[in-house]
Amino acid sequence: MIEPITGRYLRLALEGRPHRLYFEEAGQGIPLLLLHTAGSDGRQWRDLLNDAEVTARFRCIAFDMPWHGKSSPPEGWQEEEYRLTTAAYTGMVMAVARALELDRPVVMGCSIGGRIVLDLAAEHADALRGVIGLQGSAFVEPYYDTAMLHHPRIHGGETCAAIVSGLVSPRSPEAARWETLWHYMQGGPGVFKGDLHFYKGEGDLRPKLARIDTARCPVVLLTGDYDYSCRPEDTLATAEAIPGARATIMPGLGHFPMSEDYASLRRYLLPVLEEFAEQG
Amino acid sequence: MILPVESLPARIAATPALRRWGRYLDADVLLEVGAAAWLLTVRDGQVLTVRRGPFVLPSFTLALRLDPAGFARFLAADPPPGWHDLMALRRHGALKLEGDLVPFFAHLFWFKGALALLREGAKP
Repeated sequence: MIEPITGRYLRLALEGRPHRLYFEEAGQGIPLLLLHTAGSDGRQWRDLLNDAEVTARFRCIAFDMPWHGKSSPPEGWQEEEYRLTTAAYTGMVMAVARALELDRPVVMGCSIGGRIVLDLAAEHADALRGVIGLQGSAFVEPYYDTAMLHHPRIHGGETCAAIVSGLVSPRSPEAARWETLWHYMQGGPGVFKGDLHFYKGEGDLRPKLARIDTARCPVVLLTGDYDYSCRPEDTLATAEAIPGARATIMPGLGHFPMSEDYASLRRYLLPVLEEFAEQG
Repeated sequence: MILPVESLPARIAATPALRRWGRYLDADVLLEVGAAAWLLTVRDGQVLTVRRGPFVLPSFTLALRLDPAGFARFLAADPPPGWHDLMALRRHGALKLEGDLVPFFAHLFWFKGALALLREGAKP
């Protein structure tokens, strides 16, 4: 069987530097731009890209961020430390949308992606149909030293996977749980740590929440209750600070709902996508 | 809370995945749950000895100090969300780490799996 997903490379400039990004897509209709979690890649969206009920009405696009998956770091990467910032991340998402000529996409991201959609809603409301944040909140307090994720005496792949292993719900299907962790084991050295620079430090979006106008850019947050990084209370507090935002807690799911248990996620996600489809 | 710590050497030895995750782990691990303490001598991921405290100025590579109430939630046969993993306990402040943390993070799958073997109904 050949899946309906196609993969291609996109050449574009990000922050003034040439990049070669890998993206996968499936479906036709309203553009739905998909953002993976820190330290992983677009494979997390494999089940959604194979969901005919979604792809019948949405052009679903999942790209690997620079340094992740099959996207290369920019030329000269060996001279620098990778550190994701809010401005670079938002600029990247908008640049990909422009390069692919997406007309007011819905942007859905998970974890760091669930965080950055809040910045996108605040800064680019009129260029988007709306945003969906999975496991999204405006800020997460650090609870371990991320230096351990990039250390010469520690295997980065195994430790990055072990760090996030408990964020996967124990109720999710075992094969999908371990595939989710395999993606972490394949991350480049220091990349997960570099993403967490945004997630656990620089990217505190709490001051921006009041600026989000959900009449122009609807905000929907979906969070699994086994996530102890972005906890249900973190998502609910974020939604509370955004007038008009909607939040739903998903019992039994963890930090990677689209990858660890898509069948359970889609029960919550499809009604949300249906609303965007009806609005056209 | 009665913890079957003395059974850990056999339980770990009978768990092939832990033998693999811990294959290079050498550490003297002090495990504290409230006032109770054990010192585990770990070599190549196998627990060679378990000594029960109390100790006077014990020497260790790293110490895991657990809040009894939080650890009890972790040890439930079906732990509640947010209390189901060692790093979840860390997030809630119910786990404090001390000493050389490199062996802990380098073998994090081992530490998570080994302590989960203390769970009610854990196999083997």
